[in-house]
Amino acid sequence: MLKLDILLSAVANGLMTGAVYALIALGLTLVYGVLHIINFANGAMLTTAMYGVLLAHSVAGIDPYVAVFFLTPLFFAFGYAIQRWVIGPASHGDDNNILLVTLGLAIILENALLAIFHSDTRSIDVPYGFSVIEVGTLLLSVPRLIAFAAALAVALLLALVLTGTDTGKAIRAVAKEKTGAMLAGIDVEHIYAVTFGIGAACLAIAACLLMPTFVVNPRTGNAFVLVAFTIVVLGGMGSIAGALVGGLIIGVVESLSGLAFGESLGQIGIFLLFIVVLLVRPTGLFGAKA
Amino acid sequence: MLEVHDLRSGYGEVQVLRGISLDVDSGEIVTVLGANGVGKTTLNNTLSGLIHPTSGSIRFDGASLVGTPPSAVVAAGLIHVPEGRKIFPNMSVRDNLELGSYRRAKARRSANLERAFAIFPRLRDRSRQLAGTLSGGEQQMLAIGRGLMAEPRLLILDEPSLGLSPLLVEEMFQLITRIASDGLAVMLVEQNVVQSLDIAHRAYVIENGMITIAGAAADLKSDRRLMETYLGL
Repeated sequence: MLKLDILLSAVANGLMTGAVYALIALGLTLVYGVLHIINFANGAMLTTAMYGVLLAHSVAGIDPYVAVFFLTPLFFAFGYAIQRWVIGPASHGDDNNILLVTLGLAIILENALLAIFHSDTRSIDVPYGFSVIEVGTLLLSVPRLIAFAAALAVALLLALVLTGTDTGKAIRAVAKEKTGAMLAGIDVEHIYAVTFGIGAACLAIAACLLMPTFVVNPRTGNAFVLVAFTIVVLGGMGSIAGALVGGLIIGVVESLSGLAFGESLGQIGIFLLFIVVLLVRPTGLFGAKA
Repeated sequence: MLEVHDLRSGYGEVQVLRGISLDVDSGEIVTVLGANGVGKTTLNNTLSGLIHPTSGSIRFDGASLVGTPPSAVVAAGLIHVPEGRKIFPNMSVRDNLELGSYRRAKARRSANLERAFAIFPRLRDRSRQLAGTLSGGEQQMLAIGRGLMAEPRLLILDEPSLGLSPLLVEEMFQLITRIASDGLAVMLVEQNVVQSLDIAHRAYVIENGMITIAGAAADLKSDRRLMETYLGL
């Protein structure tokens, strides 16, 4: 029965990692769904947030799970400001320009991190970094279990905000009918910035959940964002539920293919799945037709 | 209430409005008539701040609306129900209506929701349904209902009868009369000449970006020659 145990633990690990992937994909898919742009700076912003966690821990001794309470609002403000006063004005209403601006932002952030922190890979030591709990025959990593629960809670909270508050409804309104939203008195520039801010806040939360078990260097975020893109396509561009389910699926696929082909080839499964999805169902699991 | 003077506006280099002057007083139904492509929708989009005029003035309750963003125009109480409805298809009828009070009259949202349901009982039956699944007539009612949620001081209706069956067109014009009977000023922008003149107090005819006829609706209706020349009737 050892075989089944290994399989189960691979699935459990995959789910736990997948939930954090989902969180990163949530920001990406929300920004795509509302602003209709791909934010190329997503990876660099995640890396920046991870360095934020690192700094808070090494300089001020703040635990990542405490840092989440100030990094999240900080990143929301950062995302809001950058969309409202940099990306928005610089794009002059042309989507192609927005792509270039976010790409430029990614390059600036990445190189700024490289200049400040150099290319060394760093990590933080937290006392609970290696603690595990036993669930049946499974040994589950405590920080990854926390990450799983927190990521699901954030996704749920986001869904509640989008369906239950005026601002959330305005975000959904702008996503589908911009002119109608403007005529209902919704300030579209503000809503764009709020959406971008929510995306950035999701990254900050993901960074706080990742740092207890992951390492960071100035290019770390890109690896996650590549996976996040796959999730967004798998789940359906712009779909919140799709990002969540897609994230969990991708996490499990990565974990199982790691088990089958060896840890370093784990991502092969993701990209095979990606190709299959593009061939069979290009709109994604939850995606609507364009 | 609304005073527009020598308004010029368009898209990029293309000038569509070539000096429009008109006014709407409180409690009035004023209809703006004209064929396709004469600038009716450009006029509405300019008034609601979606596009900015190249010159001329727009005064609403004495304050200038030139260069004002759409959200501030809504806040002032000038509500534009656009051509093609522009409802939120991915949201419920109720959410659509509630967003009508996003900027204005939010405090009286539930009372106004009841009022909208009283005017359009069919929307109450469908309040949980996704707006995109409504019929064309229901979507038009929803668009007007969303506009009413903001407690407009002036309601601009852009081609509310477009794409409706003759029976529904009849119903729509009755509803507009009913909405306006509470003293709400309505600017009705239409191609449907006869029915618009029936319910309006005054009328303007736009041709090629300019006002060519202005007068009491009853006078326009009885002047067959004008009707033939300008409206092809």
